[in-house]
Amino acid sequence: MKKLINDPKNVVDESVEGFGLAHPDLVRVTPDPLFVARAGGAEQGRVGIVSGGGSGHEPLHAGFVGFGMLSAAVPGPVFTSPTPDPIVAATVASDGGAGVLHIVKNYTGDVLNFETAADLADAEGVRVVSVIVDDDVAVKDSLYTAGRRGVAGTVVVEKVAGAAAQRGDDLDEVARIATKANSVTRSMGVALAAGIVPHAGEPSFTLAEDEIEIGIGIHGEPGRERIALEPVDRIVDRILAPILEDLPFSSGDKVLLFVNGMGGTPLVELYIVFRRASQIFAEKGIEVTRTLVGDYVTSLEMQGASITVTKLDDELTELWDAPVETAALRWGR
Amino acid sequence: MNLGISWVTAWVEDTVEVVSKNRVRLIELDREIGDGDHGENLDRGFTAVKAKFAALDPASTPGAALKLVATTLISTVGGASGPLLGTAYLKGAQAVGDATELDSDAVVALLTAARDGVVLRGKAAVGDKTMIDAWTPAVDAAASAAAGGASPAAVLRAAADAAAEGAVSTEPLVAHKGRASYLGDRAIGHRDPGAESSSLILAAAADAAEATEGQS
Repeated sequence: MKKLINDPKNVVDESVEGFGLAHPDLVRVTPDPLFVARAGGAEQGRVGIVSGGGSGHEPLHAGFVGFGMLSAAVPGPVFTSPTPDPIVAATVASDGGAGVLHIVKNYTGDVLNFETAADLADAEGVRVVSVIVDDDVAVKDSLYTAGRRGVAGTVVVEKVAGAAAQRGDDLDEVARIATKANSVTRSMGVALAAGIVPHAGEPSFTLAEDEIEIGIGIHGEPGRERIALEPVDRIVDRILAPILEDLPFSSGDKVLLFVNGMGGTPLVELYIVFRRASQIFAEKGIEVTRTLVGDYVTSLEMQGASITVTKLDDELTELWDAPVETAALRWGR
Repeated sequence: MNLGISWVTAWVEDTVEVVSKNRVRLIELDREIGDGDHGENLDRGFTAVKAKFAALDPASTPGAALKLVATTLISTVGGASGPLLGTAYLKGAQAVGDATELDSDAVVALLTAARDGVVLRGKAAVGDKTMIDAWTPAVDAAASAAAGGASPAAVLRAAADAAAEGAVSTEPLVAHKGRASYLGDRAIGHRDPGAESSSLILAAAADAAEATEGQS
């Protein structure tokens, strides 16, 4: 394992400390319990938005703390959800009197710890509503799985909910918008090589030179199918088809097309993915009205990409376009 | 003989040791069908429990000590295993109440409440390839040993043996809960790390009880 780290045990603390030092205009870091909040603190009368989860997915979530998006982010250990204590602290710190929305990715650990934290925050007098993100079509949502995972679509949900909170919507309305964004967002990913969790020291799974993993999650957990490496156009066809069938997306729809890098794949390749996806949308008469390309929800140094598609109506488009000023996403301000 | 606070402290000490010894193995089991953090998370949690126990009042009750384990695990482990194991210890603590000495029936009540707590939080059943596959046979074996007049230490040994078999029994299963559920048939042939760690914890409980018994 070759990594720019001092000690596997200190990876998260030192990284978050550095993040705070790099962006003092945007955030302040509270070390114990560890969370990242907006530099200005809670905004009176506005709904707070708190998200979080295991580290290793940077810039998710701390990179999205700031004007128009998250009030606070709670980083857990690498690939491990945070415990309830820091979530409660971040929630209390984000309450401007209008309550707090928790945006939680559908992973068992995240759901259990945020659930416990919401109960504890309620007991401290902060009204909390939770929205679970489950955009990953690679997982069957049935009685026999933990349900679809929350992956890169989380960025879309956090952006539009953050914009709604920023314009002064009340908690129920912000939760409605987050729920709506999740309900029209679908994602699927592919890995060429796994990332290495620092304390494990070895890749989460190994792929031969000529193998790829279709339908990966963001914690390095293997996907549902392992196949031989193909040209990227064929891979995009393969992962976009289940996305488009699922909602379904159809001719005349306006969409946000988001190509996300998993951390170890350069932009030059992500744009080839974007090119093929755009061709498919053109063929199907689906209009790509908003786009996002880059590393936003990563899995350490995993090589690969995911595609996220959100069906946009006027309401979601306006909230997507609303000004945002965070370390990882900024426009309009 | 009945079990008191010295059993709980010995159980914790043995668990700290066994979790640390099996840290890498649990990480590997988890890497195969999950994300590879289980051993690290439990080791972090029980190391924190050990630090808390260094300051534990020796006059404390087993229930109070188990509650300290619960709150420490919930606030240090994270992931799914923090809330699940934390709830097990918390419900176990509530089941034994203020008792200073636990007889065989109290041990069964402790294990049953712990198992029920995990089911309540995780909503898993036997056969879902989770820690319940270790806990439920353990509870059943404990209950039947107690009904047959076994001592508390023998009740725990029966539970530990059944949990170990239960952990092995997860190997041919498809997972229905947790991260391994995403793998479908590819989870077959791998032991569930949560069932394995639960069986290690229950083995530590039996070892501690036998050692405590031996001291008298």
